[in-house]
Amino acid sequence: MTTYLRPATSLILLMTLITGAVYPLVVTGVAQVAFPEQANGSLLRDDQGQVRGSLLIAQAFKGDAWFHSRPSAADFATVASGASNLAPSNPALAQRINDSAAQQYLEAQGAVPLDLLTTSGSGLDPHLSPAAIAYQLPRVAAARQLATEALQALVEQSTLQPLIGPPVVNVLALNAALERLAPASK
Amino acid sequence: MHSYDYAVLLAFFALVLIPAPWLGRFYYKVMEGQRTWLSPVLGPVERGCYRLSGVNAETEQNWKQYTLALLAFNLAGFVLVFAVLLLQGYLPLNPTHLPGQEWSLALNTAVSFVTNTNWQAYSGEASVSYLSQMIGLTVQNFVSAATGLAVLVALCRGIARRSASTLGNFWVDMTRATLYGLLPLCVLLALFLVWQGVPQTFGDYVHAVTLQGVDQTLPLGPAASQIAIKQLGTNGGGFFGVNSAHPFENPTAWSNLFEMASIILIPAALVFTFGHYVKDLRQSRSIIACMLALFLIGGGAALWSEYQANPGLNNPQVEQTAPLEGKESRFGTTASVLWTVTTTAASNGSVNNMHDSLNPITGMVALVNMMVGEVIFGGVGAGLYGMLLNVLIAVFLAGLMIGRTPEYLGKKLQAREVQLLVATLLVMPVGVLVLGALAASLPGPVASVTNPGAHGFSQVLYAYTSASANNGSAFAGFGANTTFHNLMLGLGMLIGRFGYILPVLALAGSLAMKKSAPLGENSFPTHGPLFATLLVVTILLIGGLTFLPALALGPITEHLSLGF
Repeated sequence: MTTYLRPATSLILLMTLITGAVYPLVVTGVAQVAFPEQANGSLLRDDQGQVRGSLLIAQAFKGDAWFHSRPSAADFATVASGASNLAPSNPALAQRINDSAAQQYLEAQGAVPLDLLTTSGSGLDPHLSPAAIAYQLPRVAAARQLATEALQALVEQSTLQPLIGPPVVNVLALNAALERLAPASK
Repeated sequence: MHSYDYAVLLAFFALVLIPAPWLGRFYYKVMEGQRTWLSPVLGPVERGCYRLSGVNAETEQNWKQYTLALLAFNLAGFVLVFAVLLLQGYLPLNPTHLPGQEWSLALNTAVSFVTNTNWQAYSGEASVSYLSQMIGLTVQNFVSAATGLAVLVALCRGIARRSASTLGNFWVDMTRATLYGLLPLCVLLALFLVWQGVPQTFGDYVHAVTLQGVDQTLPLGPAASQIAIKQLGTNGGGFFGVNSAHPFENPTAWSNLFEMASIILIPAALVFTFGHYVKDLRQSRSIIACMLALFLIGGGAALWSEYQANPGLNNPQVEQTAPLEGKESRFGTTASVLWTVTTTAASNGSVNNMHDSLNPITGMVALVNMMVGEVIFGGVGAGLYGMLLNVLIAVFLAGLMIGRTPEYLGKKLQAREVQLLVATLLVMPVGVLVLGALAASLPGPVASVTNPGAHGFSQVLYAYTSASANNGSAFAGFGANTTFHNLMLGLGMLIGRFGYILPVLALAGSLAMKKSAPLGENSFPTHGPLFATLLVVTILLIGGLTFLPALALGPITEHLSLGF
């Protein structure tokens, strides 16, 4: 029995030391030097240095003067994150989407883009498609009394267009830029 | 589909298939103790491990000794994780003061990580401390994958060696697989992921005030280092609850591509490692062709299915396009489906979209990938030893058809080998159909179902398939954290893991002892298109015949009732 016991216990402890402690510590050390912004959560700070969120984590935006984020099944909870997990055949899904479409529908703009009606996998999706932003643009422009052209320029600055993925707009970055350009009257 | 959809498909296959032959040769050299360019750095660490554990790297073990060593090591790992999860409330590196896990949850989690399943009945950011993530879960991510690799090379040696009584040394195989096989790749991937935006810090959760003045807690932690091994080791257990859908786990389309390719990078390479063991790379090519064919059949069906708008949402106010519920904007449909197919083909189980919300046929592809026993690339080591079992079954069937004693690479398959093969055929049916039927028919356990109709049955079926196949993905609406499911799914995971490992090692021992007969003119060739086709058909028939009735009750009924 001891022929197996000693190597089993000592190797699990050694592997714990190597892969459970040394490995994450080395990666943390290199990461904190090479990529400090990302390693600490890609935080967005205001002029006073106060943390206003992470560029990777969606926030709830309410009211006409803001671009709204992708809907969240967990109401933008970060601990713990969550999804609706509604099946395509679940009547509750169709009900929720139809209700939400009735609220957001604008006749001049046609059907509501699906990403404004569906909740994401994480509940914290920081992005929307350019079409979903364009759908909201007239409302935000009117509320902030901005020309749509000025707003479109801001949208383009917050748009990512990777070679291997769909184009997306970071809603938090866009709203932060919007707030610098033309603060919403509180 | 847009140009970026084709680009991501192309980039994915290039990242997996181009390095595979080279990486496969590297693994062969490492596992046989030959010098590589990493030896100057890792050699002293490796020898230090043996000295401190009293292991003589020169001695070899027969199959029984090898099995006992493996079981002792897995048991020690289980005890450690179980204890850490129960006691994390009293241990350091717990910035949010999380209490210990409830006993059945801790048991389920420990079994889950030791068996390379990484089924998660908990949400990482809300119930596991940094310490538990590191010394409990990350460590098992490494050594469970290393255990799979060790079993595979033991089987490779069993097939390649002639009249031999030993299969290698488990302690040495496990150590080499961890140090050379997994660690270096993980460091590279982890740093790439941090660059893309994955946190890697020991700092506390950060408090933020949103632009509209709401308090927000941002969970952080040493995430990148764990995500790297959870992908490369085909583990799949997320650092955060929603796994690779979480923007901190998978922030960009590029992080997504690399995490996805990492799932089957090593399993694809190991097919070539096998070719080096048996000194015949034609065998590797026919096996990888079979894996690719099955992958493409499933992938094609899943893409076709997921690009169809949900007929249940036919409303002029709603954009009619591919469903987006449970998907992230930055991945889109193609990269979400590709991930789903990859993670279930390999026994990874991480998700970048919520499988519960997939169209029925897409969900069925995920189920079938698991039901055929995770052999389409499959888990690290586990995928190929599972596939080699199917190869032997195909050889046996061919032997029956041409009326000769079946033989594989010069080794005759006799009664004992066939008995062991049949034993492994029972693993998935017992885990999925017996345990699943129990869960689906008892009133208490069935309360975990959260979607109505046929999909509700699919949720139970998916949970028990995922556990038995050691996958770990879920139809995540299923309320798995009950004492019944924690214990039954834990049992399913143990059956699914050791129900293969024990017969495989016995088979390896039995094959190693055989003399090798030279291949004659009448031998059935186990390379080339004919054999690859036979292998594909064998896998689909065995899986299909066993599980078709269950699939008809779940996803197929749901598909038809939705009116696609």
